[in-house]
Amino acid sequence: MLSRTAENLYWLARYVERAEYLARTIDATLRVTALPAAYIGKTNEWDSALLTAGVAESFYQTHEEANEHNVVDYLSFSADNPSSIRNCIEAARLNSRSVRTALTSEMWDTINSAWIELQEVWSKGTSTREDLAKFLRFVQETSLRFDGSAYRTMLRNDAYWFSRLGLHLERADNTARILDVKYHVLLPEEEHVGGPLDFYQWSSILRSVSALTAYHWVYRETLKPWLVADLLILNSTLPRSLASCYDNLTRNLDQIGVAYGRQGPAQRHARGIRNRLEHSNMNDIFQHGVHEFIQEFIADNSRLGEIITKQYLI
Amino acid sequence: MAVAFDEMNIPGGDLRPAYQELARWLKETPPEALEYRRQEAELLFRRIGITFAVYGDSESTERLIPFDVIPRIMSGKEWTLLEKGLKQRVKALNMFLRDIYHGRDILRAGIVPDDLIFQNPVFRPEMNGQQVPHDVYVHIAGIDIIRVDANDFIVLEDNARTPSGVSYMLENREIMMRLFPDLFARHRVAPVERYPDELLSALRSVAPNSTSGEPTVALLTPGVYNSAYYEHSFLADKLGIELVEGRDLIVKNNEVFMRTTEGVKRVDVIYRRVDDDFLDPLTFRPDSALGVPGLMSAYAAGNITLANAVGTGIADDKAIYSYMPDIVKFYLGEEPILKNVQTWRCREPKDLAYVLDNLGDLVVKEVHGSGGYGMLIGPAATKATIEAFREKLKREPEGFIAQPTLALSTCPTCTASGLAPRHVDLRPFVLTGSKSTTIVPGGLTRVALKEGSLVVNSSQGGGTKDTWILDE
Repeated sequence: MLSRTAENLYWLARYVERAEYLARTIDATLRVTALPAAYIGKTNEWDSALLTAGVAESFYQTHEEANEHNVVDYLSFSADNPSSIRNCIEAARLNSRSVRTALTSEMWDTINSAWIELQEVWSKGTSTREDLAKFLRFVQETSLRFDGSAYRTMLRNDAYWFSRLGLHLERADNTARILDVKYHVLLPEEEHVGGPLDFYQWSSILRSVSALTAYHWVYRETLKPWLVADLLILNSTLPRSLASCYDNLTRNLDQIGVAYGRQGPAQRHARGIRNRLEHSNMNDIFQHGVHEFIQEFIADNSRLGEIITKQYLI
Repeated sequence: MAVAFDEMNIPGGDLRPAYQELARWLKETPPEALEYRRQEAELLFRRIGITFAVYGDSESTERLIPFDVIPRIMSGKEWTLLEKGLKQRVKALNMFLRDIYHGRDILRAGIVPDDLIFQNPVFRPEMNGQQVPHDVYVHIAGIDIIRVDANDFIVLEDNARTPSGVSYMLENREIMMRLFPDLFARHRVAPVERYPDELLSALRSVAPNSTSGEPTVALLTPGVYNSAYYEHSFLADKLGIELVEGRDLIVKNNEVFMRTTEGVKRVDVIYRRVDDDFLDPLTFRPDSALGVPGLMSAYAAGNITLANAVGTGIADDKAIYSYMPDIVKFYLGEEPILKNVQTWRCREPKDLAYVLDNLGDLVVKEVHGSGGYGMLIGPAATKATIEAFREKLKREPEGFIAQPTLALSTCPTCTASGLAPRHVDLRPFVLTGSKSTTIVPGGLTRVALKEGSLVVNSSQGGGTKDTWILDE
């Protein structure tokens, strides 16, 4: 297929995934900030939301402090924030238009309808909490519908695999960023300083990757930071865990390699990361330092993006 | 201006046969039902994303072309005649182009004046003596047809460069079949859905000789910001070919390749929807970012087919138009089946004098204009506009032609105050491959939605209709 088409599919999936993740982050932050201050301590959760979205630096260039009003606006509707939900949907639609021939009509319809629907929200904003909640739900549903359409209607060929690569690379990045911002509340009990109030922090983390219910099914335990980290990093049964993302990334890259009759640096690099995840346990990771581990992962993950681009997309 | 020919109603109250069933159906169908379907159609168009961009209009960069749900109907007999005339005309266009860029018999015979060719900016000297694969220049032609009475089809304009609109022909039909299955059941409408298949086989048939194996065809688009982008992606999808932009193509050793995830792949035929000027920055406009550097040298080497060929503009130029009846006779030795609109060439003093004396009754067009811009519609213009135009015309008479204001035929159309006649034209699409010329029955009917308006262009308030050719 055309390199440009593959590139568009890859980015299209990344934008949709990012939009959903931003919606979840805002949702989770709204919940945690609605609690009495005594339950969440002194951290500014809206600042954390900016950090997990990776846009704190650009935000503070134009804003003094982070609060619900300006962060929700910046993450959702701002035209100036290249990673706002709005810009993700706009970019997704532009990408869709330029690769319409590679999309199924269901996928196009999802993106185009969402874009049409959201024009009004862009122009008016959301005046009430209820409007905002509706909007955030709509964004998450759009992503689910898009993902579902791709899964159910696309031919299983390189077009599908490149779009999956974008999805899982973005997803891994998002999960890793939450861990990076919140790692301090996940440290083993003896080291960490927050006290039992961190329960709400942990549930908030899980909620932002839609894993709160999953946690209980997997561990049948009350929330423990150690297990939260285990779930998000190493448990390959959770779709948003780093391990699961890398199971998928290696598989999709292998499928491309087989179809093209050629393996390359992208396949090798992905396999390397996957092996490391497979052979790690939380003990080692905590010994090594969670923060260092996550930072290394984020760098490795974005390196994979660069390698894929160089190998296939340009 | 004479009373327009109405395609449904005969003066005196009778109906033309092709419209009888429709008239019965309209009687049974309450107006609200029509309005409801109209809204549904609009919703469908928007969801499918069949939009076009209006340049310089920042308010809404994507607009829908209004769709009128009342079909325009022609009998099979009428179509047979029209089809014959179209094939004849396109054959002559191709022979004319081949001649202009090679032997120039027609110039030596004194039928078309030399300066109309050589002084013409759309004449491409690069094409002199250039062999194009299978001698086909105009693979896809859109011939704009109007009617003024029951007997004649008149060519308003030949479009031999990159005619657009065929996606509307196909989508209009899809949507009509979805919305009015009952109405279809009561007619035998010739299908149009073969168009993509016929286009693909025409394109494959003209692949260059250096092609090995199955020819690879691609559609070259200027990109998502082009006003016809939807059509480009639609056609690429229906044909199952890659939709490429200039940056996806590279030329190596006079062969054209596209960049793919598996390395580069040779392209044999390019259905290009990029104008000549922008095709190759090394040959034409150096500032073009839409083109492919070196494309013209691959073309000259005979390794790529461009559809349509470069330089076809010389055949559909408005200045050449008035010579078309003679061109048909010269190459084919036949009387033209399709008429021309009577045309005064302002470059000729006698014609200019007549035009200046009758500006209030004539339509004056720029020779190189398109899209309905830059023209004067005498009967609809104010005195001041006419006088301003007179000065322009005197300054540069060779830039204009004039035609009588024709009462384009009318068809029943949904309006705010119920069904009313509105003026229409028709653009059938004529495909020429190495062996045959085909036309799917029908074409794109454009309708001037404003009462009394004769301008059907979508950029100026025109809409479209589904066009039915009845199979009798």
